[in-house]
Amino acid sequence: MSDATKPEAPPRRKGLSRSHKRRLSRGVQYVVFVAALIAFAASADWDRLQNQFAQADIAEQMFPDVITLALKNTVLYTLSGFAVGLALGMVIALMRLSSVGPYRWLAGIYIEIFRGLPALLIFIFIGVAVPLAFPGTEIIGGTYGKVALALGLVAAAYMAETIRAGIQAVPKGQIEAARSLGFSPARAMISIIIPQAFRIILPPLTNELVLLFKDSSLVLFLGVTLEERELSKYGRDLASTTANSTPILVAGLCYLLVTIPLGFVVRRMEAKAQEAVK
Amino acid sequence: MSRPEIEVRGLHKSFGDNEVLRGIDLEIGQGEVVCVIGPSGSGKSTLLRCVNLLEEPSKGQVIVGGVELTDPDVDIDAARRRIGMVFQQFNLFPHLTVTENLTLPQRRVLGRGKAEAARVAAENLERVGLSEKATAYPSSLSGGQQQRVAIARALAMGPQAMLFDEPTSALDPELVGDVLAVMRMLANEGMTMMVVTHEMTFAREVADRVVFMDGGLVVEDGTPAQVIGAPRHERTRHFLSRLLDPAMAEVEEETSDQVGGAT
Repeated sequence: MSDATKPEAPPRRKGLSRSHKRRLSRGVQYVVFVAALIAFAASADWDRLQNQFAQADIAEQMFPDVITLALKNTVLYTLSGFAVGLALGMVIALMRLSSVGPYRWLAGIYIEIFRGLPALLIFIFIGVAVPLAFPGTEIIGGTYGKVALALGLVAAAYMAETIRAGIQAVPKGQIEAARSLGFSPARAMISIIIPQAFRIILPPLTNELVLLFKDSSLVLFLGVTLEERELSKYGRDLASTTANSTPILVAGLCYLLVTIPLGFVVRRMEAKAQEAVK
Repeated sequence: MSRPEIEVRGLHKSFGDNEVLRGIDLEIGQGEVVCVIGPSGSGKSTLLRCVNLLEEPSKGQVIVGGVELTDPDVDIDAARRRIGMVFQQFNLFPHLTVTENLTLPQRRVLGRGKAEAARVAAENLERVGLSEKATAYPSSLSGGQQQRVAIARALAMGPQAMLFDEPTSALDPELVGDVLAVMRMLANEGMTMMVVTHEMTFAREVADRVVFMDGGLVVEDGTPAQVIGAPRHERTRHFLSRLLDPAMAEVEEETSDQVGGAT
């Protein structure tokens, strides 16, 4: 009994102390990182790489067309696809929340199909199958219309789920307050619920914009005129005429020019939203 | 006597198997202030929410201003414009400023012009003493201020009657007074009011009638002096003793539960 109450000496740790171990482990990680970097740098053939990917005169040739034509078209395709996707996604989200069963099922089926298919297949479908099935009909806007439709169909499936989640995240008291003031259900949705839902879903919608921006490269498979080329097609065409890959690198940098700032904006918005919750 | 402003006849409401209201009859005259009190789960909030049909009654009639709201062909949105409602959680629109909270419903629902809506909004903000918060967003206001804005928002629609669903229950104790003062002002102006509340002082001093509910039924209905001062029913007495002197209720609860179990 008296033995048990006697304060025990803290057990002595054998070997390294905790802080020592931590320092050692971090040191090992740095060594591995530097070693990998050296191995990579030493084994790559930098001259050939530079020759193939970073020819200043070829890069110079690309300006200003890469911006005024290719980047402009990429942005145009993206925005038109986003607009179609947003409009269609909104309709599907509202159908998904409808009290009418068939609307809900239809919206569910749409979402499952278009989320499950590669975007490339949808581009091919729009480019090939639709003209075959409806000969003589033209999709309004030519290539621009086709791209807007193809990108919009894909984006709508994702956006519908995002919008639905946003609408459901608006507290129930909001619709009750609106209805008690005499708003009809549709008016309450438009004036009160949807504006609040959009605040909630602005970051994921911007993310979707980034995804669309990259997916617009699939226009490659539609067959476009010289004037309709976007970054990827433009870069690839130039790469084959110059037999050099520099245009691909420049096109890639143009994508990053847009996607990195957009990603930054999304993180800012998310941080702000997090703060508002607190 | 003129026709009652609010009339409830044989009202039943069930959520699934749970019968919350079991036959309520209630009349509230024009300009009358009625406080509904009762333990939680007694159905008092559900009754209030049935009066403007935020909850669809399972059976019975609700008539407000001579219009039967339970008639399936009635224009419920038009009927609700006559009935203002104030919620426990305020439910201000957080994406709009205080003024926009008041003007948007007027413009969208009543079709008022911009200038008129702004004028009515300013008037009502002044009535609740919050003119200086006109351009603020709800999130920057205290709970008491938010609730007063919510009252002003309902008043801006020019309602014939006002429903209050535990308007001070979500407030810090020191903020309750400001909201009650606004409600007292409304009562003095002759507004028809139905108030679900735990504020017994308010009920005693401002209400024309107090209704005690328990188990989905109206147990007692009379002047504050009758219901609060000299309750006739055992259940009313127990409820009031717990509410008015919560420190004593802990001790009493054992016996009251036994009584409750025996009956």
